[in-house]
Amino acid sequence: MKTLVLAEHNGSAVESATYAAIAAAALIGGVEVLVAGFGCGAAADEAARLEGVDRVLLADAPAYRDQLAENVSALVLSLMPQFDAFIAPTTSRGKGVAPRVAAILDVMQISDIVAVDAPRVFRRPIYAGNAIQTVTSDEAKLVVTVRISAFRSLGVRDGACEIVSVSQAEELGLSELIGSDIVKSDRPELASAKIIVSGGRALRDAETFARTLTPLADRLGAAIGASRAAVDAGYISNEYQVGQTGKIVAPEVYFAIGISGAIQHLAGMKESRVIIAINSDPDAPIFQVADYALVGDLFEAIPEILEHLGA
Amino acid sequence: MSEVPVQSRIVVLVKQVLDANVRPRVRPDGSGVDLANLKLSMNPFDEIALEAAVKLKEQGEAQEVIAITVGRGKAQDTLRAALAMGADRGILVECEPELEPLAVAKAAWSVITDLEPVLVIAGKQAIDDDCHQTGQMLAALLGWGQALCASRIALSHDHAEVDCEVDNGRETLRLPLPAVVTTDLRLNTPRSISLPNLMKAKSKPIDIVASSALEIDVRPRLKIVEVREPRVRSAGVKVETAAEIAKVLKELTVA
Repeated sequence: MKTLVLAEHNGSAVESATYAAIAAAALIGGVEVLVAGFGCGAAADEAARLEGVDRVLLADAPAYRDQLAENVSALVLSLMPQFDAFIAPTTSRGKGVAPRVAAILDVMQISDIVAVDAPRVFRRPIYAGNAIQTVTSDEAKLVVTVRISAFRSLGVRDGACEIVSVSQAEELGLSELIGSDIVKSDRPELASAKIIVSGGRALRDAETFARTLTPLADRLGAAIGASRAAVDAGYISNEYQVGQTGKIVAPEVYFAIGISGAIQHLAGMKESRVIIAINSDPDAPIFQVADYALVGDLFEAIPEILEHLGA
Repeated sequence: MSEVPVQSRIVVLVKQVLDANVRPRVRPDGSGVDLANLKLSMNPFDEIALEAAVKLKEQGEAQEVIAITVGRGKAQDTLRAALAMGADRGILVECEPELEPLAVAKAAWSVITDLEPVLVIAGKQAIDDDCHQTGQMLAALLGWGQALCASRIALSHDHAEVDCEVDNGRETLRLPLPAVVTTDLRLNTPRSISLPNLMKAKSKPIDIVASSALEIDVRPRLKIVEVREPRVRSAGVKVETAAEIAKVLKELTVA
């Protein structure tokens, strides 16, 4: 099968979500990557060096400047006669484009897969991860979105594959980006971070949240995350939320600090390799999934950990 | 207040799902999740969608709110809840099997085309299949624009302006109407249903449309091979001191 992967990129660089989508696509068939944007040649160059990619299709036009779902899905549909499958990462963009593509192709999309058992057999979580569904499709074309945290990057190679320009570009005028408030951070991206330090409501307020967690995250080179309670209380903005309605993560180490562990939060982090929890409540549900559990005052524990780490 | 087109309608898609407070039980034979005798409720994201529509009507930005559900007969309970929350009327597209998002989008599409709404609002995803597809599929079938995961919706006479929660922050989209918007948690807090409104809802109309009367194919496209419990994570060890955590971190070679 020939697969078309939608690249997640910011114009100048490919984002880690793309690496995960390529890794999943390689289990389904040959991989070509679509980079759609405006002034995004650098991202296409980077995509061409990714392991597993046979060819990069570059759609560089003003119509794709903001990567709006309506224009990008029309572009994808124009390319689909050449492909057997369309694969996008489960990101805001992927979730916007893939269902539009599936609906017009008249096929059911397979959302947020966490495993490829065979090229047409996939596993995906339902009920917030409380059940895992195995599904198969024998439709003419596959449309699949890929959970980023479930697939590891295939890495980068020395050489680069061919980059081909695709010229179809149409501004449909169905939506327009008129503003954005994008958080820029030097920290690792939450969805692909190896270590995450997450805080909950016990962190008291925004100032205490930042003052308490930042030194530990800095020391470990970790991303910062938060429970929904902490986000709702205004300690940190919602793009840091881990859970069913936030980011789904699966780092090497997940640090749950002052997080009780509501089922919706567990849905977002329980695939982490090692979970370390600190909570003053010995009955907190987080302790049912934690590999290492410390019952105690986080405001004492964190400085002590830092001290022992020689920070 | 901005100019509002006469007869502006908002359609809200609602789905009946296993109540969010009930823990799903996977059938031992792997055939699916057991819903027998369990409490079913309106999908929580759809409640947010409905609240948004009713608020827009209360603000004079819409004249009529129509709730549509696609499912079995007992999904009427969810339509009644929608009417009690403030929808003016309901439409049930009756189908027997468990429907996939594509089938729901097609059923809604065939009904909505005649209704000519200015806006369709739906929850961003259902909490049962977690597909996150229906709104976008419907928008594509209608040939309309879409704004997903809304945390703010403002209507003007021919446009919607929507703040969308995206992976790394927020984007504001402007969509010519009609359009499809899907809702996220922070848009609003759905009102609770009062007894008088519940009584009033009993007299509001629900139209029942048989899916067989619509020229659409609602048969499932995907085959569910099995449904299993996820890997169970067991509790690990209790550590007594912060020093032990530092030691663990060093052993994991992350520090």
